[in-house]
Amino acid sequence: MSAPPTPRGRLVTGPSALSGDTRRFILLTQRIAAMEFKLRFFDSVLGYFWSLARPLLLFGVLFVIFTQFVDFGDAPFYGVFLLFGIVLFTFMAECVSGSVSSVVDKENLVRKIHFPRLVIPMSVVLTAIFSLSLNLIVVLIFALAQGVRPRWTWLELPLLLGVLLVLAAGFSMLVSALYVRMRDMRPISDVALQVTFYASPILYPLERADPQVQKLILLFNPLATVLQQSRHALIDPATPSAAEAIGGAERLLVPMTIVALVFATGFVVFNRAAPRIAEDL
Amino acid sequence: MVVDGVSKGFQLPHERTHTLKERVLHPLRRTTYDRLHALGDVSFTVEPGEFFGIVGRNGSGKSTLLKCLAGIYGVDSGTIHIDGRMSTFIELGVGFNPDLAAYDNVVTNAIMLGLSPKEAVARFDDVIAFAELEEFVDLKIKNYSSGMLVRLAFSVAIEAEADILLIDEVLAVGDAAFQQKCFDVFNRMRDEGRTMLFVTHDMGMVERFCDRAMLLERGRMVAIGTPEDVSRRYLELNFDEAARAQPEQLGSSPRGDGSAEVLEVWTEDDTGARADTFGHGGTCRVRARVHFAVEVEDPVVSVVVVNEAALNVFAASNLSSAGETGVLHPGSEAEVSVNFQNLLAPGRYDLSVVVSRPGTGFNIMHRHERAASFLVTNPTPTGGLVDLPYELEVHATGTPRPLPEGEPA
Repeated sequence: MSAPPTPRGRLVTGPSALSGDTRRFILLTQRIAAMEFKLRFFDSVLGYFWSLARPLLLFGVLFVIFTQFVDFGDAPFYGVFLLFGIVLFTFMAECVSGSVSSVVDKENLVRKIHFPRLVIPMSVVLTAIFSLSLNLIVVLIFALAQGVRPRWTWLELPLLLGVLLVLAAGFSMLVSALYVRMRDMRPISDVALQVTFYASPILYPLERADPQVQKLILLFNPLATVLQQSRHALIDPATPSAAEAIGGAERLLVPMTIVALVFATGFVVFNRAAPRIAEDL
Repeated sequence: MVVDGVSKGFQLPHERTHTLKERVLHPLRRTTYDRLHALGDVSFTVEPGEFFGIVGRNGSGKSTLLKCLAGIYGVDSGTIHIDGRMSTFIELGVGFNPDLAAYDNVVTNAIMLGLSPKEAVARFDDVIAFAELEEFVDLKIKNYSSGMLVRLAFSVAIEAEADILLIDEVLAVGDAAFQQKCFDVFNRMRDEGRTMLFVTHDMGMVERFCDRAMLLERGRMVAIGTPEDVSRRYLELNFDEAARAQPEQLGSSPRGDGSAEVLEVWTEDDTGARADTFGHGGTCRVRARVHFAVEVEDPVVSVVVVNEAALNVFAASNLSSAGETGVLHPGSEAEVSVNFQNLLAPGRYDLSVVVSRPGTGFNIMHRHERAASFLVTNPTPTGGLVDLPYELEVHATGTPRPLPEGEPA
């Protein structure tokens, strides 16, 4: 060592969630998601059909059961909102269960290269958005065939999907970061998803529940709130909106706060775990 | 690049709690940690345009240091400043997906290394051309041979056009022609003023390419300076360790009928002082003391120099030179001395001494294998087993033959 070193250039800070480089984060997320999507759909013979097959099969079974054996089928446009609900839930499930082990699965990348760590769960979410978009086209065709007519309130769709996206992204960050140190996140998230499925008005119309229970569901399950408002705005204006069903628009703040909290918690947890992920793996 | 007092430790839990059940059942049990100090207070500066080598034995912290520099591990204390765009090759082809074709993998990998998608796409043809994979562009890379994969990955790395390259022992790959190509690229990069940090075991690489080098041992910087000094220290370090690690093994295979015993073998420099490191071209003297239990006339003594690959590089004996030793009585000792000019290639050498009864030399009284060892250093190795003095001339002969009409020059 000769003269005392005079620091120059940028300080190397070690890995973090965003690594202070938002542009690179976005580029990489897009790239990895696109590659995942390509792998999934261009490699198998029937391609995209497979990603639709599961929700469609689930839809088919439930539709038959609930129109033939249980009288839920009486609700107007039951089939449409059942399919829509399944598609949204599939998106949510794909984000969460896809992210759980994503960081660990990409161990090779994490240990060998410096990049914004948040890319990993976010690319899972982005891939899920791609399939959601394709699935929504199928829902649209089905809805039109069933006699649902376009209305101005359809413009609410981006907002509703946005809320769902924030929620899904929050959970994705949370579970992927926790899984590194705690492998229980896999069964926990699987069970939680199942509970969410039945706690959301997907296979039953919300109004069949006791009004008190309705309010509870809407208050504490943001997915239910999104679904109920979607049903009102997109499918059947005769059903009560989320604000009406929850008992006043100001009460909507509760599910919205939950969404914001999940996202914030997810980000904070991931951000704290990010610098050490390479070592903890 | 300025690295100032960097330390890094890892927590190695004795018993890792990985599941919630364990946490719930044993809420009070603290996980106990061993702290492994991978790096302690390492400071150095690398100037722009410099080729800097980081050497050290296994587990000395080289790769950890590189990962800290690359930003893969955070540091516990100290700071690292880097001026310029940096590419890291801890491993080639990180994130290659076997089910995708070369195009997708190259572009993804290039974006990972810090190019924009536009740049990545623009450089694709160059990458393929450098890797000589034009015929296989459309193949999924799972169908590539491992050599093709490495070539592809290395080409991406080179085309990433970073100012600073961090390279972790990735050069021992590819066939000779491709390696030569890589060396050409390194020389070109040197001319372009790029900065490069190597991590390697190969002292040849260090002496060939690096301007300066650093030696790490147990996470601490032991030496920094010219490649020659550092590689000499590295060899010494390995040597010390080997000598310490196997004291019994050294000299543990004496054979023969026991009628004589090689008591001691050592090496001296030309001043007669004991030494175990010799520069190239100097005089090296091997000495040994032999004890005889029986009477013997004109015993044959041979000294064999064995290199690290267990090849006998050089042997000296009095079998033909007929130096009459005379009669040795029971209980007497004899001293052996062999002088030779050290033209050996750099490395570590073992000495074996064999004492036999007169005649053919096959009637062995005592064979003392690997009785001692010494090191040879040479700043300009030729790469051969020995570095003999030579003269080499190249000159043109005759006049150029005129080319036939119409043939392109």
